[in-house]
Amino acid sequence: MADLRFGDEQPNDAELAAIGTIVSEADAATVVETERVVRGGTARRRGLRHLLLPVLHSLQHEIGWISPGGLNGAAKRLGVPPAEAYGVATFYELLRTTDPGHRDDIVHLCVDPACALAGNEELRSSLEARGAKVCESPCLGQCERAPALFVQGAGRPDRVPADDEEDFRLPQAGDSGLRVLRRVGVVDPASLDSYRDHGGYQALAAAIEMGAEAVIDAVRDSGLSGRGGAAFPTGAKWRAVADEPGPHKHVVANCDESEPGTFKDRVICERDPFAVIESMTIAGLATGAACGWIYIRGEYPRATRRLEGAIAQARAAGLLGRDAAGSGQRFDIELRRGAGAYICGEETALFNSIEGFRGEPRNKPPFPTTRGLFNQPTAVNNPETLLNVLHIATHGPDAYRSVGTERSPGTRLFCLSGRVAAPGLYEVPFGTTLGDLIDLAGGPLGSLAAVLLGGAAGAFVGPDALSMPLTLEDAREAGATLGSGVVTVFDDTADMESVVVRIAEFFRDESCGQCVPCRVGTQRQHEVLVELQASGGPLAPQRAELIDDMARAMADASICGLGHTASSAVRSAVALGLIGKSP
Amino acid sequence: MITTSGVATESAVTIRVDGKEVAVPEGATILDACDAAGVQTPAICYGPTLTPVNVCRVCVVELEGSRALVPSCSRAVEDAMAIHTDSERVRHSRKMVLEFLASGVDVSQADELRQWAEHYGADPDRYVPGGATMDEPVRVQDNLYIRDYDKCVLCYRCVEACGDDAQHTYAISVAGRGFGARISTEFDAPLPDSACVYCGNCVAVCPTNALQFKTEFDLRQADSWRPEDQTVTRTVCSYCGVGCNLELHVQDNQIVKCTSPDDHDVTRGNLCIKGRFGWNYV
Repeated sequence: MADLRFGDEQPNDAELAAIGTIVSEADAATVVETERVVRGGTARRRGLRHLLLPVLHSLQHEIGWISPGGLNGAAKRLGVPPAEAYGVATFYELLRTTDPGHRDDIVHLCVDPACALAGNEELRSSLEARGAKVCESPCLGQCERAPALFVQGAGRPDRVPADDEEDFRLPQAGDSGLRVLRRVGVVDPASLDSYRDHGGYQALAAAIEMGAEAVIDAVRDSGLSGRGGAAFPTGAKWRAVADEPGPHKHVVANCDESEPGTFKDRVICERDPFAVIESMTIAGLATGAACGWIYIRGEYPRATRRLEGAIAQARAAGLLGRDAAGSGQRFDIELRRGAGAYICGEETALFNSIEGFRGEPRNKPPFPTTRGLFNQPTAVNNPETLLNVLHIATHGPDAYRSVGTERSPGTRLFCLSGRVAAPGLYEVPFGTTLGDLIDLAGGPLGSLAAVLLGGAAGAFVGPDALSMPLTLEDAREAGATLGSGVVTVFDDTADMESVVVRIAEFFRDESCGQCVPCRVGTQRQHEVLVELQASGGPLAPQRAELIDDMARAMADASICGLGHTASSAVRSAVALGLIGKSP
Repeated sequence: MITTSGVATESAVTIRVDGKEVAVPEGATILDACDAAGVQTPAICYGPTLTPVNVCRVCVVELEGSRALVPSCSRAVEDAMAIHTDSERVRHSRKMVLEFLASGVDVSQADELRQWAEHYGADPDRYVPGGATMDEPVRVQDNLYIRDYDKCVLCYRCVEACGDDAQHTYAISVAGRGFGARISTEFDAPLPDSACVYCGNCVAVCPTNALQFKTEFDLRQADSWRPEDQTVTRTVCSYCGVGCNLELHVQDNQIVKCTSPDDHDVTRGNLCIKGRFGWNYV
């Protein structure tokens, strides 16, 4: 490693072993002695740098933290400058760069709205009374069974305690109108045969029969739009990637859902993992991408295991690989775990995270369809979006459009949580009213005060919005968003000031810190709301003006969607009088 | 016209800046077009010798048809773009960025930033009293330069100069996240133990004096730093045959720091440890 300089700290045997599980010594990065150009940073993109996050994961898991020696060992093995590796390690919530001084499991306790409503403080007290090491966590994606925990094991596998106790039943089980969720809770997620018995891989066969062009046309004609929050037309995205020249393209399934209140990706990946694999394969064959990537939240150990199992079985059955499903095209999938960073759900931050850089979003343009992962054309899709493609490929765009509205065709998943009788994942046709959706979940508990639509990046709506049809166009008209499908219900006993302060704290914690409007704006926004809460009084006019001033700058000048939406829930809460009213 | 990629190009792109048509070469940025139109643009993270990272967002302009404002430093021009550099939205975001920075960072030695803050009417005192600040001790770890991260606006310029844009040493990176992000060596190791080679190129690009030559720092501590009394003498470094140009800043007949001109085709503002710090023999 002639060109890099490391400190004196050496990795110990355990750390070397942890690094070796990802990259062996024989595969270590080397520098050609005669090389005149010093290679580092971006020039290492094509080296082993993309294995940095997996190596850091391994060190964290085996050692309990990333020590100076461990970091040096990892950086040396991969040919990454140690300062840059440190920058990456300190970016993620699940990686520690200080010695915890113990080898106990870390219990992450969700402090976001649904779990706060469900009594997470009582849970914290009982855990701490039992001597557990509890640390606060943003939404863990288990809002339907709040309050949520995630246990980060030191030397033991990570686990979610609720997984062991869960007797899973989809609220709408048996509903013939289900499309995306039709196999959830029905199919054996560990069995390819079971998946095939329930209609699995018929869509891929149909897609191969149709050919790439026809598949993209069908997706376009179906009117399918992205379900991750931005609602970009999927057909247009695939067309753009397919039209790019060059042999190296990527398809990414973005399973990094971290929007407070969202848990649909987890349910899909845990209960129907083969559907994610099959639909990604269709995307790969249609766009001409040979490389598929699944980027999944680090807090989803069971979904990760099931997806890994599905990938292995699909590979063994020839459904992935050099000649994927007999298509004559190569397509395979690699899975990467996030490590606790909401921002990595932003597609360009996700690329940087996979590539082994800090998960900082890139400025757009260039867009991912031209310069995405490894600067190559990339189609990034949410799992719900992908699963819709299975219906389109099997039944065609006309059948797909038979439900929903003209501008929002098809069905939509909604994650219901909070003060509702039967929290859970629901699938309804676009155009269902918010009130009907909540009634489908057994109706509100108590007297409904507000609904947070679209998660922390969405907006609060009041009881008068219950008649609003849930479509992209109606939401936009109402100044709201469906976002990733979050519906968190609050009754009149909820302490809305605490809820809003927590939302502001969430954005402060999750801002990557790259651009000034978001880095400082989310901090100052939180401070203003804390001040308001402490005062107990109404929102002073100059504070209201400051909130607006900050919101406009964040929405207008931030690099990415996190900053753009960091004030929308806060502003809607002020506008609805949920906070800052005269007593 | 030779663009930064070294490719000769004849074709020009015409865009409108505040209603005025300007022709700039293909591959130019909106900032280049603003310069060509004679419109002054504030910039903090942008440096003429560095790849734009568009993180400070103070150079944002309004691009017709774009939902959000766009950073002029990195956005390439496209034919028929219409740009507004002084609309209410632009003025507001620029003011807020400058206000945000001044509310948490010691900008007392960031002259250009403060001038722009005044220009846009930034009021950093209107935030909640006792709000978070950088709150970092001055790191004095050697006799060559100091790091005062209370003055750091996280513009990434030093990281770029240490890395891909100049030195390829990679001694520093951004570490942490959000408001807690800081420029750091691995585990905040002292500079002498890090990969730092003391070229001082990070100091040269720092816009806020968070990175300072030790000589300047000491004089400021003694309240004897007087830039108005300094003369700058341009000469050629005598250590090797490359021919780097040096600018020797002299106060009271003593060299107090050494820089290199950004527009010099050999150095582009960069030097090595010998040229930057090895002037004691003079």
